[in-house]
Amino acid sequence: MRRIITATVQDRGGVLNRITGMLNKRQFNIESISVGASETEGISKMTFVVEISDRQKLEQLTKQLNKQIDVLKVSDITDKAMVARELALIKVVSTGHTRAEIQGIITPFRASVIDVSKESMTIQVTGRPDKVDALIALLRPYGIKELTKTGVTAFLRGQQPDNITEMNSMIN
Amino acid sequence: MKIEASLDVEVNGNLLTGADLLIKTLVDADVDTIFGYPGGAVLPIYDALYRNKAETPFEHVLCRHEQGSIHAAEGYARVTGKPGVVIATSGPGATNLITGITDAMMDSLPLVIFTGQVAENVIGTDAFQEADVMGITTPITKYNYQVNDIADLPRTVKEAFHIASTGRPGPVVVDIPKNISANITVDDYDDDFYLPGYQPTLKPNPLQVIKLADALSRAKRPLLLVGAGTKFADASVELKQFAEKYQLPVTTTLLGLGSFPGTNELSLGMAGMHGTYAANMAIYESDLLINIGARFDDRLTGNIEHFAPAAKVAHIDIDPAEIGKVIETHIPVVADAKKALNALLNTQIDQPDHKDWMDKLQENKKEYPLWYERTETPLSPQWLIEQVYNVSKGEAIVTTDVGQHQMWAAQFYTFDKPNNWVTSGGLGTMGFGFPAAVGAQLGRPDDLVISIVGDGGFQMTCQELSVVKQRKLPVKVIIVNNEALGMVRQWQETFYEERYSESLFSENPDFVKLAESYGIRGVRVDREEDVIQTLEDIFAYDGPVVADFRVVRKTSVYPMIAPGKGIHEMVGVKK
Repeated sequence: MRRIITATVQDRGGVLNRITGMLNKRQFNIESISVGASETEGISKMTFVVEISDRQKLEQLTKQLNKQIDVLKVSDITDKAMVARELALIKVVSTGHTRAEIQGIITPFRASVIDVSKESMTIQVTGRPDKVDALIALLRPYGIKELTKTGVTAFLRGQQPDNITEMNSMIN
Repeated sequence: MKIEASLDVEVNGNLLTGADLLIKTLVDADVDTIFGYPGGAVLPIYDALYRNKAETPFEHVLCRHEQGSIHAAEGYARVTGKPGVVIATSGPGATNLITGITDAMMDSLPLVIFTGQVAENVIGTDAFQEADVMGITTPITKYNYQVNDIADLPRTVKEAFHIASTGRPGPVVVDIPKNISANITVDDYDDDFYLPGYQPTLKPNPLQVIKLADALSRAKRPLLLVGAGTKFADASVELKQFAEKYQLPVTTTLLGLGSFPGTNELSLGMAGMHGTYAANMAIYESDLLINIGARFDDRLTGNIEHFAPAAKVAHIDIDPAEIGKVIETHIPVVADAKKALNALLNTQIDQPDHKDWMDKLQENKKEYPLWYERTETPLSPQWLIEQVYNVSKGEAIVTTDVGQHQMWAAQFYTFDKPNNWVTSGGLGTMGFGFPAAVGAQLGRPDDLVISIVGDGGFQMTCQELSVVKQRKLPVKVIIVNNEALGMVRQWQETFYEERYSESLFSENPDFVKLAESYGIRGVRVDREEDVIQTLEDIFAYDGPVVADFRVVRKTSVYPMIAPGKGIHEMVGVKK
């Protein structure tokens, strides 16, 4: 099962190394990690997307993260109402003929063109991972020259409704 | 000839340097012994040690290899309960510590390790004796620091001692670049610390205690499984009270030996791969297994499918990550063992009705005691350990390496006190036992310290005979000499059709002469009739001794749970 786990960590030297090292040593399968500043100075927020085989392994993961001295809080937000977004930059082959066509494809995704050259254009798309993947799939036939993703970053919605299964369907 | 060095760091004779500040902080931390080895990057620290000698209440012990220093610090920490302190230089000094740091991490020993580092202006340039100590030690420490501002040094050291010795203890590395230790420091530093991400849970959740109490009152076949967590929590008294109050049988892990008196009627002895029949079968048949401070290591559990299949499992541990890691746990209790036991002792619990169970366990104990084939020349190693136990009246501190002699020491030296057993459990480090005895003797100078080692392991760290001689440490080294790597040989005999690949030693040194070359008394014994007299002599002798006991080579540790087998599938339970 795929889980989204967030961690608030103290921004001390080597913290990312300590955490990724632990995940590697304990054989957790990480799909993505994103790290960045939080609302508080000196505190960073990490978001992990992990593929995990069972509940027991999941419990181990959160416990091992919590055990790290620099980790302040760990939450598995997979089953909560949350917002999860990632950003992708896609450099796609484009000639004069295809440029307008590609424009037509990306518009419904609210993606934008941020660089154009003679043979390519670079598209920036932000959104839920399934949306990003859908756009990538549509662009693939044109020839993707380069692709980079930030990994998912996520947190809880301001309000937690009773029924949230549908909302999070994309990560299950 | 006077040579002026143009150093990249300031050297300031009498002013307070980072190194002086470090010494001051160590004094504040009540350090009494430091195990270390000098080198380029720690010259400022060693200079400060020299200059401050008159004012420092601690002693620096010069081991002859950094691995010796760190195992000595482990032995010291194990028998005193205080953090062991180590200083090593950068690069090879630091990398020579790696085995010991990993060993301490696996066995939760509190260590604070100071490594020198090249000056900050050359870090990252592959400078002479530079190693990425932070990168290398991250996975094998509870925490590590590099000090990049002198003003942070006192706070960092205080944090390091706090982290190493509280919660589940473990090693903490403090990496100090040479310019930090050499430069003049500031007066205004703040050494208060707050670690919001490190707040170990000490008190048990009362609801979990009630759950456990309830399960105990209903249990028909209860069993206590005790690990080293009870030693760190200083919970032996409470453990004994609890076990006796409800007449609960007790088995221990290898590292837990002594946390409950081995001679007590309720003791079933050690469980696991070479544990007793009574202990392992009790685990197999138990309906309530209460684990206190053990981590269900694979050498204990055997094949986990057959581990305590009928039991409700309760697990008291200060480290929540240990609970449910290996064995599914029904009643988790995150707590310090002493506090959890006190909570249980203060809870009204109906006496469980388990007389049949106790009768059966006592019968197993009687019917299936540990056994061995007795030979006269060479000696039988198990018999030798029994004599070591008898002559030392079971009161010595015993340290071991890893292998057959370790298992025999665990089986045939019965421990009644918690902090007298020093062995490398998790990592299984050869070469651990002798330097650990050095540290143990320094930590408890009035106790008899016996280092039971094999001829293989002793050769890995026997250079510490120098420090034994220099410090006049009356450590008694008992070499269980079978001219082989006994446990490797045993597995090759059992599982590899007697193909003894590189496990038989045809060339050993003359251990007596080796000892004598260090100015230490050496003796050799190969006849049974000389054993007791020799042991009496050497234990009474006021100085170090290396005793080379020649034991039979082709003998195995039994009983045994073969790899992959269940805890009930022991072989060699009877003669």
